[in-house]
Amino acid sequence: MRRSVSTAVLLVALGWGIAGLGVGTGNFTASAQQKPQTLDVKIDNFSFGPTELTVPVGTTVTWTNRDDIPHTVVSTDKVFKSKVLDTDEKFSFTFNTAGTYPYFCSIHPKMTGKVVVQ
Amino acid sequence: MFEKKKDELLIDHNHDGVDRRGFLKCMAWAGTGALCVIQGGVLKSYSLSNMPELSAEVAGELSFVQISDSHMGFNKAANPDVVGTLKAAVDKINGLATPPEFMLHTGDISHLSKPEEFDTVDQILKSASPKDVFFVPGEHDVLGDDGKQYLERYGKNAKGAGWYSFDKKGVHFIGLVNVLNLKAGGLGTLGHEQLEWMEDDVKHLKDSTPIVVFAHIPLWTVYPEWGWGTEDSAQALAYLKKFGSVTVLNGHIHQTMQKVEGNVTFHTAASTAFPQPAPGKADSPGPMKVPAEQLKSVLGITDVNYVQTQHALAVVDSSLA
Repeated sequence: MRRSVSTAVLLVALGWGIAGLGVGTGNFTASAQQKPQTLDVKIDNFSFGPTELTVPVGTTVTWTNRDDIPHTVVSTDKVFKSKVLDTDEKFSFTFNTAGTYPYFCSIHPKMTGKVVVQ
Repeated sequence: MFEKKKDELLIDHNHDGVDRRGFLKCMAWAGTGALCVIQGGVLKSYSLSNMPELSAEVAGELSFVQISDSHMGFNKAANPDVVGTLKAAVDKINGLATPPEFMLHTGDISHLSKPEEFDTVDQILKSASPKDVFFVPGEHDVLGDDGKQYLERYGKNAKGAGWYSFDKKGVHFIGLVNVLNLKAGGLGTLGHEQLEWMEDDVKHLKDSTPIVVFAHIPLWTVYPEWGWGTEDSAQALAYLKKFGSVTVLNGHIHQTMQKVEGNVTFHTAASTAFPQPAPGKADSPGPMKVPAEQLKSVLGITDVNYVQTQHALAVVDSSLA
């Protein structure tokens, strides 16, 4: 756990560095001390709920397929990709970098969602 | 939008003296199958439940059967016995008055692309009287590997991701793949490479050649909100404009529907596994649970006949009930 938090901080530092925001190290320490969150997205009736999620860096999101039909969770920008999730199967991804992550079900592409990491 | 009726749908075209137009008649809902007869390049469709009286009328030079969406491996409440209903479909096929020469399977052979699911379907289909089966993949057949396994099993003589064409008794058949490389928010996709191949494939054919196109996701926009359509199907259909008779056979939506647009007849087959709701009539297109005793009435096969001298194709849907 200690290691993943450090990684998150490093990634955030890189991201902010590139953005040229020049944020001081004090802010990183504060965010590193936050307890990592976990949040759930449920797949019901061919839709992701909630469709949009805004989370702090380091959050783990877990998707659960509650339909009788298999679905996938695939990042539009190829950041993450689940295996095929049959009924009640889960997929988790930890968001260690700030950004907007649109995703969809590659089997039923009308199903779309978004995770905003701040 | 196509209006679906519970009972039989009859569309009569006026005979124009050139004998290019037959008539279409199909069970709009009850089918796990339909009989298609090609007469004079136009497809005629009959309910398999009326087969005894129709058999003499529809007997043609070429008869084949379409089955679809067997979803082997599915075991939820909507149908805990997809093996049993596929076997019932095979029994129905073996009982047809005119033995079909071959079968088309329009995809979703398996539920989760597992090798044993494909094996089971192959095994069951061996007991069908027609020995040749021509497949196209559904989205459930290409899970996890972008269709690699599907291609190894069913696409040995196919091009690209599994598309191909063949000729039977003067009818040109084109099997298309529209379940790969799907884009977020989009519908089924054929893609540039396949479209180019198709344009080339039909270029040399005479305008009078009857064309049968088969693919998993409908090549007409049934209900885009549920993804029931194909992004670039208009381009594919544009290549077929010169032909007097085009029949498009699809699956995916687990219910029979038919639409006639100019020279093109669109037809979707029922599933052999479970029904899905009519467009927009439920929260999602997921499996629809019906009382157990009604299940076989909403599953089915599709039988197609081609009668050269009468210039028409006939499609007959029939339920497994």
